[in-house]
Amino acid sequence: MDKTQNNKAWFLVLPVLVLVAFSAVIPLMTVVNYSVQDTFGQNDFFWAGLSWFEDAISSDRLHEALWRQILFSVIILAIEVPLGIFIAMNMPKSGFWASLVLILMALPLLIPFNVVGTIWQIFGRGDIGLLGHTLDAMGIDYNYTNDPIDAWFTVIIMDVWHWTSLVALLAYAGLQSIPQAYYQAARIDQASRWSVFRYIELPKLQGVLLIAVLLRFMDSFMIYTEPFVVTGGGPGNSTTFLSIDLVKQATGQFDLGPAAAFSIIYFLVILLISWVFYTVMTNLDKQETF
Amino acid sequence: MRIKSSTVVMTLYLLFLLIPIYWLINMSLKTNQEITSGFTLFPHTFTLANYATILTDPSWYNGYINSIIYVTMNVVISLTVALPAAYAFSRYSFMGDKHLFFWLLTNRMAPPAVFALPFFQLYSSVGLFDTHIAIALAHCLFNVPLAVWILEGFMRGVPKEIDETAYIDGYSFGRFFVKIFMPLIASGIGVAAFFCFMFSWVELLLSRTLATVNAKSIAATMTRTVSASGMDWGVLAAAGVLTIVPGALVIYFVRNYIAKGFALGRV
Repeated sequence: MDKTQNNKAWFLVLPVLVLVAFSAVIPLMTVVNYSVQDTFGQNDFFWAGLSWFEDAISSDRLHEALWRQILFSVIILAIEVPLGIFIAMNMPKSGFWASLVLILMALPLLIPFNVVGTIWQIFGRGDIGLLGHTLDAMGIDYNYTNDPIDAWFTVIIMDVWHWTSLVALLAYAGLQSIPQAYYQAARIDQASRWSVFRYIELPKLQGVLLIAVLLRFMDSFMIYTEPFVVTGGGPGNSTTFLSIDLVKQATGQFDLGPAAAFSIIYFLVILLISWVFYTVMTNLDKQETF
Repeated sequence: MRIKSSTVVMTLYLLFLLIPIYWLINMSLKTNQEITSGFTLFPHTFTLANYATILTDPSWYNGYINSIIYVTMNVVISLTVALPAAYAFSRYSFMGDKHLFFWLLTNRMAPPAVFALPFFQLYSSVGLFDTHIAIALAHCLFNVPLAVWILEGFMRGVPKEIDETAYIDGYSFGRFFVKIFMPLIASGIGVAAFFCFMFSWVELLLSRTLATVNAKSIAATMTRTVSASGMDWGVLAAAGVLTIVPGALVIYFVRNYIAKGFALGRV
């Protein structure tokens, strides 16, 4: 759609600008302020320059948390995206069952993050949880509070449980928008199921899948509450992701300077990814209109 | 009878989704004694005592009331500011519009953990700490950009000729917007409201940081009770079940738009 050039539209945007400036810019400035200062007491600050940033960039702790975070996000995407597409292709297309399945699938998305954590915390326990009990009964030594591998397994399966439906719902909406004529043409050409998927469905799903991948990437990159409730970042530091580590530093130890420097680096990483997201998405929007 | 493979897949997937939820409901209907003493697939001594505890103890049910208050405030604030902004983005190009839109997006992608401490200090210094409005404003950080994005996606589906015809017919901007335009995108407003509700309802970190007593959310109440009394699994499970209920109720109304909302109005 052609848009009218009108700078008075700024007045319509002004309320959002003021509100978001209050709740984003001022706090961010506070963080920047802390990141270049050191403190020994209540209000006794002095200039520390960029030393916190140098410390943060070279600290093993940040590197480990970052690698853990990247590994987690990659595993999550590798499982949830193909599984989500697969589920979407098997969902009923219309009628009562379609509505019911939609509602049931959306249910995990609406559960408060800490309750998701609680559910899996209970579900995975050997003494009172179905999953833990079943695995123990099968002779598998499963204990997510002691064993790092089991903790990772629990956190990952929890995230798959929580968010695969999102990918599936998006892919489902994308599949619904493909005209029947495409499938008829493919049938005339005697295309196999695989080539229908590869050459018709996948290209048509490109837009929604991009949104799904990036939403899942962002949200898994900032995950805090669910692993915090289930494992508390343990055993040891094995499930301490970036956000958990940051909150530990900022509110647990009150290391304001390092925590602030950490925050800014974290935020810049997210900003970079958001920029890629935005650029790709606006390009896709343009393609649609031409 | 031949069973279709898609039915099998969907049944397995739905079982995977529902069994953990069933387990939570199951736990909430057991006595603590039954939970800790043995392993049972369904409650043998059926009890509603866990729910009774929550609904009669003010420190529990106030959590729900507080959550509902700040979530409602947040939805109202987010939609009020997002509606005109989304209209501006969908209809006009103006100086810096693309940069502004991108900046809004970055706030949706900002990790709440980064903002927890500065929010605490900001709202303490203006005397809003431990109030509902503080949490509502803090959640605007990610809900306002989200609402703008979803509404913009819905609004671009409305032909511009409608606006122009209305202006020719002598409608003022305000009257046109409320009387004609808002009914046209009613489903979009509903979806945006639902998503603001949802993300404010499920958020824990900021609501826990910004409230201690008066505005303490149900999520924060749950985490603190775990650490304080240790093992009251039954009550914890019942509290969890009760937090699922509001979402499950409203989901029915937006079931056909959920995907569109998550895709920021771009399906």
